[in-house]
Amino acid sequence: MSARRRPSERLFRLVCLAATAGPLGVLAWLVGDTLVDGIDRLSWSFLASYPSRHAEQAGILPAVAGSLWLIVTTALIALPIGVGAALFLEEYGGRSRLARIIEINIANLAGVPSVLYGLLGLGIFVRTLGLGRSVIAGAATLALLVLPIVILASREALRTVPDGLREASYALGATTFQTLRHVVLPMALPGILTGAILAISRAIGETAPLIVVGALSYVTFVPDALDAPFTALPIQIYNWVSRPQEAFLKNAAAGIIVLLATMLVLNAAAVLLRHRLDARKP
Amino acid sequence: MNRTTASTGFERAVYAALLSCALVSIVTTVGILYVLASETVAFFTEVSLSEFLLDTQWTPLFADKHFGIWPLVAGTALTSSVAIATAVPLGLLSAIYMSEFAPRRLRAVLKPGLEILAGVPTIVYGYFALVVVTPVLQAWIPDMAGFNALSPGIVMGIMILPMVSSLSEDAIAAVPATLREGAYALGATELATIFRVVLPAASSGIVASVILALSRAIGETMIVAIAAGQQARFTLDPRVPIETMTAYIVQISMGDTPTGTLEYRTIFAVGSVLFVLTFAMNYLSHKLRRRLTLAE
Repeated sequence: MSARRRPSERLFRLVCLAATAGPLGVLAWLVGDTLVDGIDRLSWSFLASYPSRHAEQAGILPAVAGSLWLIVTTALIALPIGVGAALFLEEYGGRSRLARIIEINIANLAGVPSVLYGLLGLGIFVRTLGLGRSVIAGAATLALLVLPIVILASREALRTVPDGLREASYALGATTFQTLRHVVLPMALPGILTGAILAISRAIGETAPLIVVGALSYVTFVPDALDAPFTALPIQIYNWVSRPQEAFLKNAAAGIIVLLATMLVLNAAAVLLRHRLDARKP
Repeated sequence: MNRTTASTGFERAVYAALLSCALVSIVTTVGILYVLASETVAFFTEVSLSEFLLDTQWTPLFADKHFGIWPLVAGTALTSSVAIATAVPLGLLSAIYMSEFAPRRLRAVLKPGLEILAGVPTIVYGYFALVVVTPVLQAWIPDMAGFNALSPGIVMGIMILPMVSSLSEDAIAAVPATLREGAYALGATELATIFRVVLPAASSGIVASVILALSRAIGETMIVAIAAGQQARFTLDPRVPIETMTAYIVQISMGDTPTGTLEYRTIFAVGSVLFVLTFAMNYLSHKLRRRLTLAE
């Protein structure tokens, strides 16, 4: 069969393969170029220094600290709400009209551009609630942004729990809450955690909403409270990219390496968790 | 007996708590609509709708202020068109490769590989567009400015490619095998089968994926804020600096525009236009995909 394939068909296959492999080549180019540009700047002092007007002395300490504050706070807000919403939709909502409306609404929210979440955060958290341009305002904004991811992943995880286990639990006289707490949630936990890691990985790279909410781009201190002003790693990178001097572009490349390495570790952890989950399935 | 009552009370509290978690998403939507609408209404008490829609200059930060949205719309249309022109051919061909040709083992590597493209932070793509792609384009194309629509457009196309390829692949995979077999039975070649039978049958799913990708391109912010420039310009020339709607919101947010001023409100007015555009496209794409699943 393959020997009889026409030249035009073979050519078309090649074009299709090139269209698939080409973008992956671009990805490799992107990573390779960033590594070449930034690897020289990577050092302990780059991680442990404050930003500076002198590119060679500048570092990302406030940016990394700000990102850590943001991510932990975001997770603390988004995870309970996201898992709660997933539990409601999967375990209580059923086919009710309200559940349908919430489902459609979540699908719509997933398509809203992230910069508009920034405007929401600016209008509601920074202004109306008076939180100012603070860690908590940024984290609350990011939490709403990643909520659809957490909800979708948690629902999928809840669906993998066999109904027989729920029924067995009820048959033993357990209440709905007891069933959720002792049977359903423990089984769904790896899947929920996978979703949580993916959501955090998304939040770490987000730039536009934080700029709109008012992250500062030149910060010479480490945030020490939820109401402190802050910067974040992507914001610091943006600040350096916006400068014309070559030396700052190298700093940006080094910052990108740190950002991508962090995301790589997080995603690897998510993949490992998913594997463990898959291995457990019958 | 007491225990049961206590437990039902508790159960009801759990239900209420979970319900309120689910309602957060509704509150978010209402919040977005409220913030955009209230500031946009305030904007239009100072700027007339006709100026917004008929003026061809956008200069809210200049002494001579103009509030015509078209330069920002043109900038957005330009970068998004370049992105779509990049993502659709590549995405469609790779969808065909994945569903029709790729050996299983290769597919198992390529598919997650492509998904990574959608997960790279946009700030990284912005750096790549500015530092790598633009200089390459400048070497090829005369009069290419350091900030332009072409470079971020192409890079954005790479970013949204996985969306086109994976949704199109789903649509192609959903084409019934009997249609292909029928085509082969009639003596059609492989290429004829793909282009005359499979792709037309999958067309509504493919169109849905393209619309969704377009919506993503319109809302994309950092790539264009970094590499396309921040000069609102009513042009369709991809070689010169322009400004998109999203980049304008970033530009104002980076400065220190005081709350409640007209300049501050412009970002919400622009945000409203952005919301309406992306929402309409997401809705259209959703309708098309629904039709597809119903047809199965």
